[in-house]
Amino acid sequence: MSPILQIKNITKRYGGLTAVNDVSFDVNKGEILSVIGPNGAGKSTLFKLISSFVPATSGEVIFNGERISSLAPHKVARMGVVRTFQETTIFRSMTVRENIIVSHHLRSKASLLGFFLGTKQAKEDEDAFAASADDIVDFLGLQAIRNELASNLPQGHLRALGMAIGLATDPKVILLDEPFAGMNHDETMKMVALVRRLRDERGVTVLLVEHDMPAVMKISDRIVCINFGQKIAEGTPQEIRENEQVIEAYLGSEDAAIGM
Amino acid sequence: MNAKKLLGFAAFLLAVFVLVPLIIKATGRSDFYYTLTSVALLSVGAAGVWLTFYIGRINIGQGAYALVGGYVSTILVTQAGVSFWLTLPLAGLFCALISVLIGLPILRLRGVYFAMVTLVLTEVARLTALALPITNGAKGITSIPLPGEFSLFGITIIPAFGSLANPRFGFYIMAVVLMIITYLVLWRIVNSRLGHLCRSLQQNEELSASIGVNTAYLRVLAYAISSFFGGIAGAMFASIAQSIYPSSFVVADSVNFMLYCFLGGLGYVFGPMLGTLLLYFGWDLLSIAREYQLLIYSGIMILLMLVLPNGVLSLLDKKEGRA
Repeated sequence: MSPILQIKNITKRYGGLTAVNDVSFDVNKGEILSVIGPNGAGKSTLFKLISSFVPATSGEVIFNGERISSLAPHKVARMGVVRTFQETTIFRSMTVRENIIVSHHLRSKASLLGFFLGTKQAKEDEDAFAASADDIVDFLGLQAIRNELASNLPQGHLRALGMAIGLATDPKVILLDEPFAGMNHDETMKMVALVRRLRDERGVTVLLVEHDMPAVMKISDRIVCINFGQKIAEGTPQEIRENEQVIEAYLGSEDAAIGM
Repeated sequence: MNAKKLLGFAAFLLAVFVLVPLIIKATGRSDFYYTLTSVALLSVGAAGVWLTFYIGRINIGQGAYALVGGYVSTILVTQAGVSFWLTLPLAGLFCALISVLIGLPILRLRGVYFAMVTLVLTEVARLTALALPITNGAKGITSIPLPGEFSLFGITIIPAFGSLANPRFGFYIMAVVLMIITYLVLWRIVNSRLGHLCRSLQQNEELSASIGVNTAYLRVLAYAISSFFGGIAGAMFASIAQSIYPSSFVVADSVNFMLYCFLGGLGYVFGPMLGTLLLYFGWDLLSIAREYQLLIYSGIMILLMLVLPNGVLSLLDKKEGRA
């Protein structure tokens, strides 16, 4: 398998604080890779670095052989590396369907002027977006709430909507920030199945940050563990489970938390 | 556009082009033409401010662009002898260009910070007009000739205003046409993908960037369109008043542009138009209260914001039971 995304010696300092320190790992095409670590380990910062939302102090991120770590976020998204948000960030005053349709922006062929004038291409684009949005609604099972305002949705649906927004951009790599946070067991299992289908049916490479250890162990092909901004381990769920340093990092958060 | 909207549009055209002139003729109050012309032009400027609200920025600087637009048109007409009709789009384009230069750095700011910077812009424009030799300082530029004839391929489309029996009526028609074009453009923007993207920007800039929207570009674009509207409104004003001074548009005017949007409703394309009409007439009507005019006016404004935070047009929503 070839790496689709390479993180090379990436470091981020905020003043005297080193949030991410010299972290390197590869993400292979079509795999589900989880980044784990205790609170404040620098997982979210790492995600922001990969999606280029914050500039790296040093090091670089390579996507399909191209350096993306100095590009503007919308350009990184345009190349196919798309991030969903921890805070269930959505367009609150739009309906679910509108949220998904507007997120198809990257696929538009017509120019903004074209959309203003309502050219043939623009109409084709709009039709394609609407069709694709309905497709995504079906895929995620959001039919019942498609015309609901996003601000009225419960948390579980918001998370699904966040994923729908990510999907609409037709990503090659999707970064999911804590997709299982605040979910009960059943919801988590549904989400795990969904993330798998994302990869299996849509061919999206998934990179996720998560606290929920049982879910991570279940879903991941490989796991990268970071602590205090540094990578301390990388490997299959089995290898991670048996890694001394990982166990040490999680000490106090109970062995059970690592799913043992 | 569905039939209902088309009907509404036709009714509006009928009202402004037939009904209003008839009423004014019947009552003999031709000074109303001037008032309504002002309303139409102010609402063109307010349309621009509304668009910046639509991308989530509070714009209290439209007066600056109206002033710049007024000066650009006036100077071109008086010193270069360019036809007014040509200077109208040029004034708009000039303002759009300046707004790109100003917008690039300041549109990074959000919320109250952006608002504060734009508030300063009007004052900067006024002081610049005072200082530059070409604007003739505090004396301003007066006796600007009325707009001349506008013809295309030898066919007169707009007759020279000086030759009109009633130039006021001419200005009224011109201003209303300008207003209608402006709002059609705005309506089209809002109802096309461009508007959806603006809304995404207003609701969540970070997410907007992560779905691949070039947020910086879109912000500048919206601001440039906004300033274009401000510029052409200012150019028309200068031409109607046949004069322009550094104090033609001051901070209070910029604040008013914003208030028109608030009053009409930020969620409705035609909000600023209605807001301008209500506020402009409201202020005039309150002049009977003399020294209490401002007090009552401000009181009503505060009350309206408390009772109808989404603007006067939100009343329609409630009636349709949508709220």
